[in-house]
Amino acid sequence: MSDRLTVAKTYKLYIGGKFPRSESGRSYPVSDTKGTFLANAAQGSRKDARDAVSAARKAFAGWSGTTAYNRGQVLYRVAEVLEGRREQFISEVATSEGVAVKKAQSLVDTAIDRWVWYAGWTDKIAAVLGSSNPVAGPYFSFSTPEPTGVVAVLAPQQSSLLGLVSVIAPVVASGNTCVVITSQDRPLPAITLSEVLATSDVPGGVVNIITGRTAEIAPWLASHGDVNALDLTGAPESIRADLERSAAGTVKRVLRNKQNEDFAATPDMSRLRAYLETKTVWHPMGV
Amino acid sequence: MAAPTTLPSALADATRDESSLRRFLHGLPGVDQVGVEQRAAGLGTRSIKKAAKLHAIDLAISMVDLTTLEGADTHGKVRSLAAKARRPDPERPDVPQVAAVCVYPDMVKTAADDLVGTGINVASVATAFPSGRSTMDIKLADTRFAVEQGASEVDMVIDRGAFLSGRYGQVFEEIVEIKQACGDAHLKVILETGELVTYDNVRRASWLALLAGGDFIKTSTGKVQPAATLPVTHVMLQAVKDWKNQTGELRGVKPAGGIRTTKDAIKYLVAVHEVAGPEWLDPNLFRFGASTLLNDLLMQRRTQLDGHYSGPDYVTVD
Repeated sequence: MSDRLTVAKTYKLYIGGKFPRSESGRSYPVSDTKGTFLANAAQGSRKDARDAVSAARKAFAGWSGTTAYNRGQVLYRVAEVLEGRREQFISEVATSEGVAVKKAQSLVDTAIDRWVWYAGWTDKIAAVLGSSNPVAGPYFSFSTPEPTGVVAVLAPQQSSLLGLVSVIAPVVASGNTCVVITSQDRPLPAITLSEVLATSDVPGGVVNIITGRTAEIAPWLASHGDVNALDLTGAPESIRADLERSAAGTVKRVLRNKQNEDFAATPDMSRLRAYLETKTVWHPMGV
Repeated sequence: MAAPTTLPSALADATRDESSLRRFLHGLPGVDQVGVEQRAAGLGTRSIKKAAKLHAIDLAISMVDLTTLEGADTHGKVRSLAAKARRPDPERPDVPQVAAVCVYPDMVKTAADDLVGTGINVASVATAFPSGRSTMDIKLADTRFAVEQGASEVDMVIDRGAFLSGRYGQVFEEIVEIKQACGDAHLKVILETGELVTYDNVRRASWLALLAGGDFIKTSTGKVQPAATLPVTHVMLQAVKDWKNQTGELRGVKPAGGIRTTKDAIKYLVAVHEVAGPEWLDPNLFRFGASTLLNDLLMQRRTQLDGHYSGPDYVTVD
C-alpha cells in the first residue's frame, strides 16, 4: 500500500487570465448526481462578476481587433489543447453528469468538434452576414458585422461541457469577450476548460469563468451598465423575466434560448448572429 | 537666506544658512520604513460603505485637480476639460465641481477664460516641468508667464539633482524665489518622490519645501514611476501635521499620478483623516492630481445611487 497523499485541486475562478479565489472568500460543495462529494468550488459574488466585466472590457479592444484569420487560429489551438486533456474531461463529465464513460466520451468529442466548428467560422462570418448594398449613386455601400462587446453568458445547467462550449465558442469566435456563470451544480468541467483557455493563446480576459449561484450573480450582470449582451440559456425559469427587464434598462441584446436546447445537434448560425451588430458604411467610387 | 514668514526660533535658525539647514534636515527623525508601509497597508483595508462611501466620493471629486499634461494637448481639449470640471456629470447637477484644472503654461489662458466666475482654480505647472533642468531665469520667467496668463496656482518642480547632491540651500533659494514670483498664486512644490529613493529623503524634501514657503507639497509630476504611493503620502501628511503643531499654519498635500480608482482615492482620504487629521479633509488642504480618477469616481457614484454597476459608456471620454 502506498502512503502517498493525493494532491487535491483547489477549484478557483478564472478572471482576466488569472485564477483568483472568490473575493467573498466563500466556497460551496459540489457533488456528483448520486450525492457523493467531489470538490469545493469557489462561490463567486457580485464583486467577482464586476471584476470579470472590467477584465472582459479591457480585453475587448485587443480581441475584437485581431484579424478573423488569427482568431480562428487561436480558437483552433484551444481545440488542440482540449484534445490533449480528453481523458481528464471524460472522467469529469462522467462524474459531473452521472453518465457512462462511453456517453461521456461522445460528449467530450462532440464538444471538441463543436469548438473546431466555431473556430472555422471566424473568417467566414463577414462574407456570409455582410453585404455590398445596391445603391443608385456613384458610391459603394457596405454592411459588415461587428462584435457587440462584453457578453454575459449564463451557461446551461445540465450539459456541463458540451453545453458550455456551445455557448462560449460562438461569443468569442465573432470577437466578443465574455463573462460566464457556469452550471451551478456541475461547475468542475468549466474550471478545467478555463485551464485549457489559460494555456492556449487566448488573451486573458477574453473568457472569464465564475462558479457559484446563478440566481445570485445573474441579476448584477443583467443590470450592469458595461455589459452589452446577455445569454439567458442557463437562467432559472423563476428569474428570467426579471433578468430581461433589468437588461432592458441598459439596452442589452438578450438571447432567450431555452434550457432544453439539444447541444448534440449540429448548430446553425443563430448564436453567432446574436452577438453581432451591423455597421454600414458608404465609400466613394475610385476612378 | 530669508525665511518667508515669521517662524518659531528653532525653525528660523534652520533657515539661517546652508549648514544650519543641512543640520536641521539631517536631524529630522528617520522614517521607519517597515512601520510606515505596514500602517499604510493597514489603514488601506478599512471598509467604507453606503452613505459614508457616497460622502467620500463627493469629497474626492471636490478635491480633484483635473489634469492634462500631454505634448498633444490642444486648446479644444483644455476647453472640454474645463467644461468637465464645471459639471463633471452633466446628467446629475448635484455632483460637486472639481477643485482645479491643471495644465501647461501656454494653455492657462484658455482654461482661465472658460472658468471665470466658477470658483474653479487654474493650476499651471512651471519651472521647466517635469525635469526642472533649466536655468533660474527661465524657471522664473516660466512662473511669471503662467501667473500673468491667469493661473491661481503654480505647481513647481524642485531640482532633484541639487537635492540629491546635498545642495539644500540651492533648492531652498529656488523655492523662495519662485514663491515670490507667484505673487498671490498658491505654490505647490513637486518633490518627485519617485526620484528621491528613500522615505528619509521625502521627509527632508517635505520640510525643506515647507520651510521655503510652499503652500502645498505634491508627490510627483506623473511622468516618473513610481508616482504617488500611500506610504510616501503618509510621510508627507506627517510633515504638514508636524508643521502645524510647530507653527500653527495649515499647509496642504497633493498626491499625483497613479491614483486611478475610487478605492485608491478612499484609501488616501482615510490616510488624511488618520495621519494629518479631519481638518485636512478639505479641498484647500488636500488634492488629487488625476485625470482618469474622475471618471471612476463618477461611475462609482452612479453605481451607489442607481443600485447597479455603471460603465465607461456613461461618462465622457477625455
